[in-house]
Amino acid sequence: MDKNKNTYKLLCIVCPEGCEIEATEIDGEFAFEKGICKRGQDYARQEIINPCRFLTTTVRIKGGVQTMLPVRTSEAISKDKLAEAMQQIASIETTAPIKLGEVICSNVANTGIPLVASKTVAAI
Amino acid sequence: MQIYDVAIIGAGAVGTAIARELSKLSIKVVVVDRLNDVGGDASKSNSAIIHTGFDAPPDSLESRMVVNANPLYDKLCCDLDIPFKRTGAVLVAVTETEEAELPSIMAKAHANHVDDLEMLSAKEVLELEPAVTPDVRGGLLVPRESIIDPFLFVVALAENATANGTEFLTGWEVSNLTFNENEYTVESPKGEITAKFVVNAAGLFADKISSFLGIDDFKVHPRRGQFHILDKAAPIGTKRIILPVPTKVSKGKICTPTIHGNWLIGPTAEELDDKTATQSTPEGLSDIVAGVVKLVPGVDARYAITQYAGLRPVRTPGGYHLRTFENLPGFLELSGIRSTGLTSSLAVARYGCEKLFKMGLSNKYKKHFVSKRQAIPCFREADEKARNKLIKQNPLYGKVICRCETVTEAEIVEAIRRKPGATDLDGIKRRVRAGLGRCQGGFCGMRTPQILARELDISIEEVTKKGTGSEILDGTTKSLRA
Amino acid sequence: MKKTNCDVAVIGAGPAGLAAAISAYENGARDVILIERDKYLGGILQQCIHNGFGIHVLGEDKTGPEYAEHFIQQVEKLPINCLTETMVLDLSENLTIQASSKQGILHIQPKAVVLAMGCRERTRGAIALPGKRPAGIMTAGTAQRFINCEGYLPGKKILILGSGDIGMIMARRLHLEGAQVQAVVEIMDCIGGLSRNLVQCLQDFDIPLYLRHIITDIRGDKRVEGVDFAPLGDEGQPQLDKKISLDCDTLLLSVGLIPENELSKKAGIQLDKITGGPIVDKNFHTSVPGIFAAGNVAQVFDLVDHVSICGMQAGKSAAEYARGELEHFSESLSKVKAGPGVGTVLPQVLSGPADGPLKFYLRARQVTRKALLQLRNSQNEVVFKKKFRTVRPAEMISVTADNLDCSANEYTFELIGEDNG
Repeated sequence: MDKNKNTYKLLCIVCPEGCEIEATEIDGEFAFEKGICKRGQDYARQEIINPCRFLTTTVRIKGGVQTMLPVRTSEAISKDKLAEAMQQIASIETTAPIKLGEVICSNVANTGIPLVASKTVAAI
Repeated sequence: MQIYDVAIIGAGAVGTAIARELSKLSIKVVVVDRLNDVGGDASKSNSAIIHTGFDAPPDSLESRMVVNANPLYDKLCCDLDIPFKRTGAVLVAVTETEEAELPSIMAKAHANHVDDLEMLSAKEVLELEPAVTPDVRGGLLVPRESIIDPFLFVVALAENATANGTEFLTGWEVSNLTFNENEYTVESPKGEITAKFVVNAAGLFADKISSFLGIDDFKVHPRRGQFHILDKAAPIGTKRIILPVPTKVSKGKICTPTIHGNWLIGPTAEELDDKTATQSTPEGLSDIVAGVVKLVPGVDARYAITQYAGLRPVRTPGGYHLRTFENLPGFLELSGIRSTGLTSSLAVARYGCEKLFKMGLSNKYKKHFVSKRQAIPCFREADEKARNKLIKQNPLYGKVICRCETVTEAEIVEAIRRKPGATDLDGIKRRVRAGLGRCQGGFCGMRTPQILARELDISIEEVTKKGTGSEILDGTTKSLRA
Repeated sequence: MKKTNCDVAVIGAGPAGLAAAISAYENGARDVILIERDKYLGGILQQCIHNGFGIHVLGEDKTGPEYAEHFIQQVEKLPINCLTETMVLDLSENLTIQASSKQGILHIQPKAVVLAMGCRERTRGAIALPGKRPAGIMTAGTAQRFINCEGYLPGKKILILGSGDIGMIMARRLHLEGAQVQAVVEIMDCIGGLSRNLVQCLQDFDIPLYLRHIITDIRGDKRVEGVDFAPLGDEGQPQLDKKISLDCDTLLLSVGLIPENELSKKAGIQLDKITGGPIVDKNFHTSVPGIFAAGNVAQVFDLVDHVSICGMQAGKSAAEYARGELEHFSESLSKVKAGPGVGTVLPQVLSGPADGPLKFYLRARQVTRKALLQLRNSQNEVVFKKKFRTVRPAEMISVTADNLDCSANEYTFELIGEDNG
């Protein structure tokens, strides 16, 4: 029996087919069942090694036509960092006007990835 | 400390009806209620029918009150500017046994001095109400059975009483009532008041109030009635109140149009102990449909837009008890007023006043009693010219908040500013119907709280559904991660 | 009575309406009026701060507000007349619109109308949920608006009924904000929303999902204190002996969306009992000549991209109709029906002649592996087929069929699972 053998079951979300992928990892190499497409394999590998997610949330905004500003990470960040990121974001308050895409925080949870405004908010 | 002439406990139909009656006099009156708004318990959660009393127990006080009250509604609803419709009812016999019951129901109506019923053949029933089951064998027409908005009725009485000087204390639950040297002290966690006369109109809790004064010869338990409200667009097709032949156990489940154009089906009749058991149940809700569909086959739970359950007060021993006590001068107990109380309240109020006069209350009537109350101008029902006029007077009439019922911001603001006004979401919903349509507040559920917060000068987090403890929000985002 | 004339009036400025207004202008309509009841354009997109929008239409994965802004900027660049805080009260068969605004009642007489009112959420009452009626019960969409736009939490201990997309997205959103999401309870034996939301909203945070369970009681007099739910037996009855009681202060409902068609009914438009929206042809023309229906008003879509695509088509068709270049379908032309295995199909009528490929949107009735989609004509001949590895009710199927004979034919779509014949 192989020492470093792990099997994983995942629901693929790359396309609407929604395949159930079974992946076997032997010494860091992945093997898949027949019929799993290239994109599915890439997705599964990423999900197993380092699942990443876009974080979308809000920050408080002063002096704007609304009180909350929707924000997002400009790239997906490691899933494990989501809670830390939310904690950091909780204390941010920005000021209107804000333009779509403006950087609100340059480094989310020490990932090096910025948090950007996902909406333009005019000042009152 | 303020000393009132009369303190009324309970702001349901009976309490507010007697309050309005007393507001014709030159005396100081206060009405207290444990709930956050007027409207009571049973008074707002019932079948919304003004009865004729045709099926009341003959020769009872109940029969006398209901039969006498029915004719009062035309003028009162006109004075208070609330909708009221004499739809009439059709009692439908489906089985042979039921058909055989019709003559005795007719006889009972005559015994109650309700002499305008008409025996109907199956054909006549279907001519009047084509949507009734083709299995119908015969029926009775009860011409003066009528429909009303029970909550608006109570609110209108309360508003009119207020305009004539009556005070209302809501969220004011009576925790003790004592009699000492010709006056009564009414206590609550919010303070106490003193009054020379006290009226117990506490409905389901009438036993508790009377027990404070040592009266313990009766108990009140709840009989739960669950209802479905059906969509205005539902293809039900009935115009009158459709009643089944009553059984010995219950009056049965009915199908009635509402004054606002929906249909109401129910109620169940469940004997309970818990006076807070206002939940609806899966069995109860399906029983309603199963029962009503026998009378009106087009009824279907799919058309339901909401449900509610009301608790009718059932007194043991039974019967209306509108009584005074020799050792308690000035105390009037109105107990045993069960589901017929919505109708009888107007007669009970006048009868109750007479009892108070006999105990020495001054019957000096005011010279300038304001008998009329104006409804909040309703945008939905106005024609185009009237709509433009309303918007010109108040641009908030141009801002529709509840789109299912076409309720504007102006109407919501007015509902809050009136006295006694809405202080919570249920109060607004019941006064101007914002959130009562088919989306049940899905759209306005967010805007109405904002208006309420602004008008009451509170934060949106303090806005409640029905008083303290029923806040609709719980803190801000970010706070749990800070 | 003063009437404002225009070429095309679009009712609703959500994704369908924005796309329709732009497309109507770009296709030659000069007077375009866009009517919105809210203060701002964008509709529901403004509260959908999550990503997943625009992959098909813009080739980018955007959040709701970003996606909305893309279209709003285009609208603002064009001379489109946007009437915000204006609520349409009535629409007649001859296309007269009556709307209310702070300035008074407006009358608009367009040559063509695009309905883009979207949909509303199914409520507690519509599903006759038993129990008490305390505060703390709201639809997932209302909660979304409070949380994302206003910055308030509906509660701290949440139970969600229904596994629709908004429900699952709110589960994640509330979890990220630090609330405790107790469970998602679903009456069906599969989730109501997209797989990606199952993975990224529930599984990512170990939020329990109870399939085939129903709520049997809601506890609490003032505020929700707890909810009881039970698994369904084979007969569809709740098995009360296996009842689960959870404490919570909030119950969110994500139990389905219903196309918003009160105005369509006023205009006398024929509705499809299954989709809940108007019967339309490939141009999204309804049964009333000159009135088009786009987006969730016609049928609830899974992706906003599809909604925008429909909006563009409807806007283009409306512009053509306003110029007198588009004819209305007549009663006698081909109909398309949802047959075995198919829940809904759009369009429901074909207006001929078929000049090129026709796009259909369908929903499967149940999860089917190795599914075969077939289109049969009146003679029961298969005129189109396509295989799918898996089809799910939550995920829309869009297919393009060519060379269909559109003269007086009756077409039926069917979905067959290879496993069950």
